[in-house]
Amino acid sequence: MHDKGDFKTMLFPSIHKQKSEFLQGIYAGLSIALGYLPVALTFGFIAETTGLTLLETIGMSAFVFAGASQYMALSLIAIGTGALEIIFTTFIINIRHLLMSTAISEKAEKDNPIIKGVYAFGMTDEVFAVTSTKAGKLTSPYILGVGCLAYSSWVINSGIGYIIGTSLPEILQKSMSIALYALFIALLVPSLKKHRKIIMLACFAAFLNAILTLFIPTGWAIIIATLASATGIEVLYSKKTNMMDAHQENIDKECG
Amino acid sequence: MSTTMLIIILGMGIVTYIPRVLPLITMNGKEMPPRVKAVLQNVPYAALGALIFPGVLYIQEDIWFGIIGGITALSVALFGANLIIVVISSITVLTIYSFLF
Repeated sequence: MHDKGDFKTMLFPSIHKQKSEFLQGIYAGLSIALGYLPVALTFGFIAETTGLTLLETIGMSAFVFAGASQYMALSLIAIGTGALEIIFTTFIINIRHLLMSTAISEKAEKDNPIIKGVYAFGMTDEVFAVTSTKAGKLTSPYILGVGCLAYSSWVINSGIGYIIGTSLPEILQKSMSIALYALFIALLVPSLKKHRKIIMLACFAAFLNAILTLFIPTGWAIIIATLASATGIEVLYSKKTNMMDAHQENIDKECG
Repeated sequence: MSTTMLIIILGMGIVTYIPRVLPLITMNGKEMPPRVKAVLQNVPYAALGALIFPGVLYIQEDIWFGIIGGITALSVALFGANLIIVVISSITVLTIYSFLF
């Protein structure tokens, strides 16, 4: 005798599959939600001290959903900068997502542009990092699952931060500032162990970014460092494999 | 909500959404040349490198905060720990560090 759940699965296998993909995404999004917690709390807290209302604070998190640029906006609002400059700086900081979305587009399954339009809204650095390092093709429900959890954590915790303000112990606030970087490191390490090329990609991009941030805005530095490393290391590796292939051919000739 | 604030929020929202959505809807399922594909497959790892460094050094005024936190995350991750364990361990180590120094 089948229970109701099994019956549904038999009738609609694709719905069942989509649901489990979505749940897997939610699970993968947990670490982002945890990482966002301190950053969003602090955002809410600073927004309150900057003089924003609760609605404006939650509204900014809900409509923008981009940590670095929201912090930047607060500091610019605090010194009385105009709307246009804030919007332009936001654009410069977030243009790096162009590259990330392109990489995801290559990995994602074909789907309705409206669904892609929905999950594109949640394509933050962290959502990109989690989805792009997952093995195999990406399904839309999975990306949506990761995005949903990350988004909820960001918006809800901005509001909580606004309300509780300084009541979180300062020592904990300080230690929690490592959370997102720890997440990035945890995502990178398993792949580092697999391939030496990945170590080179990450290190070269990090090195370039460190130099570039001295001269140009962070958003541009990240995009240029990432592109230069991804292209440069690819050229280096394809040359190396070509040389190895040529070497192999010579050996084959001599032996044969 | 003041009008200026509304303009700032909506404007920031629009300019953030455009770079995120453009590639996904314009290249829906289109095949890319193999070289472009290879570079794009490198992007996640290069991007992670750039996102981590040098940003991690500046999370607090005390540069050691980022260094200790980063090394903790790296060591715990090398042991194959799950993401959440890595995040919690580095927060714990930094809390202990703040108590001691």
